Amino acid sequence: MAMPQTETAFEAKVDNAVAVRGVSKNYGDVEALKDMSLEFPRGQLTSLLGPSGCGKTTLLKIIAGLLEPNAGEIEVNGKAVTGPGPDRAFVFQDFALLPWASVLRNVGFGLELRGVARSEREAIAEKYIKDVGLAGFEKSYPHELSGGMRQRVGLARALSVNAQVLLMDEPFSAVDEQTRRKFQEDLLNLVQNESKTFIFVTHSIEEAVYVSDQIAILLPRPSRVSEIIRPSGFRNKDAASIRRDPEYLDIVDEIWASLRSYVE
Amino acid sequence: MSNRSLLLKLLSAAILFGAWEIAGRIPVSYAFPTFVESMQALARMFFDGSLFVAYGETLKPLVVGIAISAVLGIAIGLWIGLSSTFDWLFSPIFIVMQAAPLAALIPILVMAYGIGLTSKVFVVCIMAMPVIVLNTSGAVRNTPSSIKEMARSFLGTNWDVVFKIILPAASPVIFSGLRLGISAGFIGAILSELKITPTGVGDIITYSRSIADYPSMYAAIFSIIVLAVLFLNLLEKLEKTLFEGNYRGYASD
Repeated sequence: MAMPQTETAFEAKVDNAVAVRGVSKNYGDVEALKDMSLEFPRGQLTSLLGPSGCGKTTLLKIIAGLLEPNAGEIEVNGKAVTGPGPDRAFVFQDFALLPWASVLRNVGFGLELRGVARSEREAIAEKYIKDVGLAGFEKSYPHELSGGMRQRVGLARALSVNAQVLLMDEPFSAVDEQTRRKFQEDLLNLVQNESKTFIFVTHSIEEAVYVSDQIAILLPRPSRVSEIIRPSGFRNKDAASIRRDPEYLDIVDEIWASLRSYVE
Repeated sequence: MSNRSLLLKLLSAAILFGAWEIAGRIPVSYAFPTFVESMQALARMFFDGSLFVAYGETLKPLVVGIAISAVLGIAIGLWIGLSSTFDWLFSPIFIVMQAAPLAALIPILVMAYGIGLTSKVFVVCIMAMPVIVLNTSGAVRNTPSSIKEMARSFLGTNWDVVFKIILPAASPVIFSGLRLGISAGFIGAILSELKITPTGVGDIITYSRSIADYPSMYAAIFSIIVLAVLFLNLLEKLEKTLFEGNYRGYASD
């Protein structure tokens, strides 16, 4: 705060897509977030990891513009956030699909809300439905799909609006273990192939270490960033051998050691 | 599968009408005609055209009242569901309306609005509107918050949230309110013809009873039930074509 000039100069060098500065959020008397600052490098995946009640989902919703902070500010690409914007797309924990709409309409719904013409948005939706591996299910309704397939619809919807920042709120917590592993591998490819910035909330240590370029460990009461870990040694290895990498295992252990006293 | 359900429907109708026929033949009361007698009376009224003349009268307050109740009821219910101030202001009126003994209120309506169409439309509305309003407001209030959040995060306006999220999400309960409201509206239409001025189907019922022509009386009652059932089936078809994905539950189950 004392020398804002140097601070901005430093950011320009690192190139952060999203910056959180001094954000506080209260629910009545409960302090969910207190004076939190965090930066999210462009083109990378940052996980928010912590025990329940540490305010990670609250922070994500503030970045999305769905919640208003009581103090502090959020910047996305240098612009202050005042509400939801076209530069961010959200993937929901419970998928948040429209049960009365087909897969095609669900995927195109973000574009529909932006006023994109029907034929154009359906063409874009069809492309992303194919990309997430749901070709042939365009006419299906959400209740006809498995949990994993529903979340693929949610992901395709977020990708189709072509936002630079993807906000994912425990996206894999409601799908089964095998599907989740597949999702994690797919996510690694997605981060590599799309030049997007991912902010990923999870409560799974293994998942965070597996997919992240940067892990922010959040601790509760009062909510704060206790540590930032950047796994680097195994990031270029292929998806299958990461889980056997010594550095991967060490980081998982280290994070558990620092979190275990906060878990009831 | 649809063949089988049709068969079951026919079977249940056969059991009901069979029971009616037997009860009429015992007879349980000399004022209770058999099924066949009633159907003969119905056919007679159908072919001499008196049934159509009667429905011409009865349908006026019924259709006007139901149209007003549906449009106004859904609009008011939506408003109540969206705003807690409106909830405070208007919910009590409809709860009182639903609980009020309508037959006792009819003299007051007649004093205020006369014995014409207005009073009858009012009776239909008082019967039909509360359940439509209360169902709509409850369903609107219970819209899953995550899909509302989703619409806002993808830049939906308030208008979008109401018309693309809240109303479709509330539609199953709104439609069940419409079904209940419309059946109550049918009761209201007949009640108004029995209590205010005997016209239309109400007139057939009153007149046939006074001259002890019970088959005609039951034929008139039977015809109004058939009409109500047909109307409700039509409503169900409408719901199915409008909100196909509503069938088989919600995605977040």
